[in-house]
This record gives sequence, C-alpha cells and structure tokens, in this order.
Amino acid sequence: MLKGHQSWVFNSRPAVLACGTVGGPFEAQGPLAEDFDILHDDMWLGQESFEKAERKMLEEACEKAVEKAGQKGADVNFHLSGDLMNQIISSSFAARTLGIPYLGLFGACSTAMESLALAAQLVDSGAARMALASTSSHNGSAEKQFRYPTEYGAQKPPTAQWTVTGAGAALLGAGEEGPRVTSATIGRVVDMGLSDPFNMGAAMAPAAVDTLKAHARDLEVDLFSYDLIATGDLGRVGHEIAKDLIEEKKLPFPKERFMDCGLLIYDKTQPVHAGASGCACSAVVTFGHLINRMKRGELKKILAVATGALLSPLSYQQKESIPCIAYAVSIEI
Amino acid sequence: MEKFILAFLVGGGICLIGQLLMDLLRLTPAHTTVSLVVAGAVLGGLGLYEPLIKFAGAGASVPISSFGNALVQGAITESERTGLIGILTGIFEVTSAGISAALIFSFMAALIFKPKG
Repeated sequence: MLKGHQSWVFNSRPAVLACGTVGGPFEAQGPLAEDFDILHDDMWLGQESFEKAERKMLEEACEKAVEKAGQKGADVNFHLSGDLMNQIISSSFAARTLGIPYLGLFGACSTAMESLALAAQLVDSGAARMALASTSSHNGSAEKQFRYPTEYGAQKPPTAQWTVTGAGAALLGAGEEGPRVTSATIGRVVDMGLSDPFNMGAAMAPAAVDTLKAHARDLEVDLFSYDLIATGDLGRVGHEIAKDLIEEKKLPFPKERFMDCGLLIYDKTQPVHAGASGCACSAVVTFGHLINRMKRGELKKILAVATGALLSPLSYQQKESIPCIAYAVSIEI
Repeated sequence: MEKFILAFLVGGGICLIGQLLMDLLRLTPAHTTVSLVVAGAVLGGLGLYEPLIKFAGAGASVPISSFGNALVQGAITESERTGLIGILTGIFEVTSAGISAALIFSFMAALIFKPKG
C-alpha cells in the first residue's frame, strides 16, 4: 500500500522464507565467512569465464534459498533478478536454468533491495504466492567491464572499491515466523555531477541520504527505531560523506548504528582500498549476515539501503557524470 | 656511484611525472603512457633526449619516453640517408627489436597461460 510519496507499507508482512548466499575465495577470508551458505575456493568455479562463474553462483544462491525454504522451484511464481553485466546476462541466463517466470531488473548495486522491495510488493498485493529476489556480481567480470581487465594491472586510487564475488537470493512468501519485510522506499535518481568511477561511494552517498530522508518522511518513522541502518556499498569515503550529509539535513539518526555493508564484508588486512562494492555486497551481507543476526535475536528491526551507480562504460568514456539511486527496505522479526 | 644516483633521479623523475599525470590530471594508464612517448619524441626531435641519455644513462633510456625518442631518431637517420621516404621506413628502425620482442613473447605467453582475465 502506498504511504506518502514514494513508499510502500506491506500490511501482510511478507516473510523471508529463506535466503541463499554464495561467496568466492576472497570473501571466504573475510569476517563474514560463517554467514555464507556456499563458499568457493576458485574464482572460476571450474567455468571457462568469469561471466559463467557469476551465473553459476547466482543459480546456486537461488536454488539454495528455495531448497532451504523446503519449496520447489516450480512453485515459485516470480523471480526478480539483476546484475552488473551488459544486458543483465547473469540474471537472464540463470533464469533460463531455473525456469521460474522472470522479471529482469537493472539497479546496479542497489538491485538486492530493488528486487526485494518489488518481490514484497508482489506477495503483499496477492500478485504472487512466492517470489524470489536475487542478484550477483563477480570481481573479475565487473573489473573487465567497468574498469580494466585484471591482467592489465592498472593502478587504483585509495578511493576505489573491491567488487564482491558472490550472489544472494531471498525467497518471500506468506509465513508465520522469521524475518518480515514491512516497508520499502523507492529512490529517485540523484546525480551530483561526480564522474570518477574510482570513487563511486562519494557519488552514491547523496542518493542514499535522499532515500533515507524520504523513508523517514513518508513512513513518519523515527530512524532511531531501527537497530541497524545498513547502506549497500558506500565504502569508507561514501560512508563518511553520507553521515555528514544526514547531519547537514538535520535528520536525526542513530550514528553508531549506521553502517555500510561494504565495510562489513572484508577485514582491515584485506587490501580492498575504500571497501567493498558490487550487487552481491548488500545482497550477501543483508541476506546472509544481517538476517542471521536477526534470527539469533541480536537485531529486531533493520533498514537496508542498497545503493547503485547507474553508469555504463560508454557513459563514462563519453565523460558523463554518474547518476545514482538507493532503495530502502525495512525488515523486522 | 654518481652514475647510479643520476639514473635513479632522472628515471624516478620521469616516473613521478607519469604518476602525477594519473593522479592529478586523471589520465588513464594508456593516456599517460602515450603522453610520455609523445614527450620523448618531441624532445628527441629537438635534439634534447640524446644529451639526457648521455647524462642519466638507463635513467633516461629505460622509461617509455625513450621509445618516443627512438621512433624519431630512426626516422631522422633514415630520412638523411634516403630522403623523405626514409621518415616512413625508418620510424621503426631502431625500435623494431622491442616491438617484435613484445609481440613474440606475448604470443608465447598466451600459448602457455590463460590470456583472458
């Protein structure tokens, strides 16, 4: 149901029936390794290309979520998915394997929450009994498409971020227990004129703050009521900018409970410059780590604000600035 | 010892220029390389690069700017010998060993290792 200008309240409180998370070798060395369902020790997953490896991880995450929920793929009504590859091939090709009626999305790194918000809307409105939200990214395939091929060995500035190799999926449906998706705020595209793809956090921070502000306004919610507010992949640089921007807008928020998935997934000894990024960043941290913490009773109510930079290699080459977006989804238990 | 210090300072200085081109002017790695090649070619054409090599040795002959100088030197030498056409035939005269080696060795590496990243 629409609330305010750009938010939905899900009165039936669709349940997160189960999640599936997959990670690569670098993620396995990080502090959240325990929260993954499947970890791979090979970046290639035995496939011929990074793109095929990414697709395989996405399939595994989706199959795992359905299996953990004790359901069959054939009973899932819709699959909403997106990724960073041109023409979202990871999602569409994985959907070919899964055979679930499919809606392809593009929200770059915000896809985890874009797909979750839409899946919750489908279930809440009765348009679906069960809907699967998923996304993936792969360090090798993203570097190749957006920056330089890895073997080129180009230097990166300290503001650059590390694309997560992984995939995350969440199956939503009617359920009695477990975490519930209670509301969502759809973001506007915000572009502050930044054009450096090696500093995406700074470009995305204003979009995250815009959505956060809209969420508080539309739902008339006090941001202090959240045990945790986790942005998607702002990284160290973007996280600090976001905090400053929220304070500038005089929006009261729990500073010590304001975090970024891009700062949680790797530890300080891993050389990732400003933190993590990629579609899988907010997906594996939210669907894995945060949902697990909720199930353990450590968190009762969280707001996941996934952020996405909507640039393409072509728009960057033509020296265009980077339009950004953020989607906020609240999950309660 | 003095030779080493001069080579280090001049070679390091050229690399510093490259790093500044990337960090301050936001040039891509390819643009940075090309800029240094062109700068070396211009300096070579003005007759300034050879004295720099005499002064700093490997400090000036190893960085990529030396490649620009070598292109120009080849063209000039050959044009003096055979006239205008020598500009075209001489441009890769000095550098052909480097270019051929790059092609052959990268081909051989591609046969052994997986070249796609």
